[in-house]
Amino acid sequence: MNWITALQLSLRALWRNKTRAMLTTLGVVIGVGSVIAMLGIGSGAQQRIADQLASMGTNSLVIRPGSVTRGGVRTGAGGITSLTRADADAIAELPDVVAVAPSVRTTDQVRYRGTNWGTAIEGVTPDYITVRSWPLAEGEFISRRHVRAASHVCVLGQTVARELFGLRSPLEESIVIKGLACTVIGVLTEKGATAWGSDQDDAVFVPITTVQRKLEGITHIERIELVASDREASFRLLKEIKTLLRQRHRLGEDQPDDFRMYNRAELAQTSEESARVFTWLLGSIASVSLLVGGIGIMNIMLVSVTERTREIGIRMALGARQRDILWQFLLEALVLSTAGGVLGVFLGLGGALAVARFSALPVTVTPVSVLVAFLFAGLVGVFFGLHPARKASQLRPIEALRYE
Amino acid sequence: MTAPLLQIRDLHKAYVLDGVTIQALRGIDLEVEHGEFVAIMGPSGSGKSTLMHILGCLDVPDAGSYRLQGRDITQLDGNQLAALRNREIGFVFQNFNLLPRTSALENVETPLIYAGVGRTGRRQQARAQLERMGLGERLFHLPNQLSGGQAQRVAIARALVTRPSLLLADEPTGNVDSATSIEIMTLLEGLNREDGLTIVLITHEPEVAARAGRRLSLRDGRLEALA
Repeated sequence: MNWITALQLSLRALWRNKTRAMLTTLGVVIGVGSVIAMLGIGSGAQQRIADQLASMGTNSLVIRPGSVTRGGVRTGAGGITSLTRADADAIAELPDVVAVAPSVRTTDQVRYRGTNWGTAIEGVTPDYITVRSWPLAEGEFISRRHVRAASHVCVLGQTVARELFGLRSPLEESIVIKGLACTVIGVLTEKGATAWGSDQDDAVFVPITTVQRKLEGITHIERIELVASDREASFRLLKEIKTLLRQRHRLGEDQPDDFRMYNRAELAQTSEESARVFTWLLGSIASVSLLVGGIGIMNIMLVSVTERTREIGIRMALGARQRDILWQFLLEALVLSTAGGVLGVFLGLGGALAVARFSALPVTVTPVSVLVAFLFAGLVGVFFGLHPARKASQLRPIEALRYE
Repeated sequence: MTAPLLQIRDLHKAYVLDGVTIQALRGIDLEVEHGEFVAIMGPSGSGKSTLMHILGCLDVPDAGSYRLQGRDITQLDGNQLAALRNREIGFVFQNFNLLPRTSALENVETPLIYAGVGRTGRRQQARAQLERMGLGERLFHLPNQLSGGQAQRVAIARALVTRPSLLLADEPTGNVDSATSIEIMTLLEGLNREDGLTIVLITHEPEVAARAGRRLSLRDGRLEALA
């Protein structure tokens, strides 16, 4: 008996019980559909997290001064003045460091004519926008010359630009920062809120030296942000910078670090890991329904074998071999499960689209998830079809013939 | 002289029913020549069906030998027995045993499927066989749309479509009225006389057995010749 004939026999047998076949298939349709939709929602969430992380710069490290204990009182992080621009320059010399951005920060009112706005004032270097991967909307950013000269120039975040200038362009206008008149030379694009909700656009950027010398009168820096060439490098740099800074700060073996380091890659890994777990969770819940669909197939096939015991006996009397009977029933199960798989793919795609449309959730259905769900459906068919098919093929002809 | 089509020596078969072992066949000797028409009679429970199942290679004996076309069937495995049932033996049952919800044509095609005949070949041979049985107008009828006589003729067509050397008929007239019974026996007689088909028929009706060339009686698991 060849494949096509065997398939024809199976299809004919299923056709004789259309309603039953359709209901059995429905179980697999729902199973495959929900696996695809759930994996789509899961990887959509993964994608969104990845995007958010990318906007933060995932290969970046942040170094801040540490806390010190003076007479039992511990200052918070950044409470000491241990970091300097020389530290930042030394770090920039390390291999795999792409860009380094030292900065200082203060907050105050900034004024433009009659209006004013309380915001953060960030003293930065030209590399700042590289490190933060933050493009300009108009004008230019702070240059090396500005830093060298501690120029009275500033670049505005979108929020500040909006609050002080409304819809007008702030370029070439002069704003007053802590009594210092600064010319606006650029505006940054909108960056949005950080993952923890603070508005990154609510800041004014001035040369780092301007803050140090003219606004605050300090020589230390409060923060070094840097980008490593890749994620592995960021983990390696964590150690190298620690050694470097301890050396530079002449810390003895028994002294604690006078700085702290934060690795965004670590945060990224944690978030990505939890997104992956989330996808797996959704996927496994959906797989349960596919499993239930498979049990439905087995159930119906067992009923079918019992019902058709006599038919099996007749076929054996007419010359069917055990494997002919086995294949007939196995193919029936396979047809049910693959038909369910095909329809389920469409249901899953439709479901994913519906979820994407009616909720804000991004949904990404990958060809891999479709393929996996489909193959899984086929596997379910073989797995749950094999037992009834074997049962049918191992019937003894005379007993099958005598069956009422 | 050619070897007999079917040769049985000292055949024994017991089966267990509800925990009781029943000695159905206790030393059967039987030879059937090519072209013979043999009727085996016996009351119910005499082991007729058991003998029929062994003759039809649906079951194997406990002891004794059975040679069909010179081949010792006790030495064959499941697949070989299936092939033998397919090519050498045609079955006709008391209750027709047509595949339900399957057309007459498809029923007759079924043995050809297992013989590996292609689709067009199957169609042609099955149609020709049904036409020979006078069922050319009933090709696409389902079993429940056929009369008893028509159903049994479909069954005979199905039994003969692979051109077997032996037709086994187990109470072929048991489920039909007397007019149809005569019609079926006439058909079988014709097949035996004109085509030289070897037929072994089991019945408990003497008037049916009377139309066979040789009559045997099965009693207490043994065969004896009847006049």
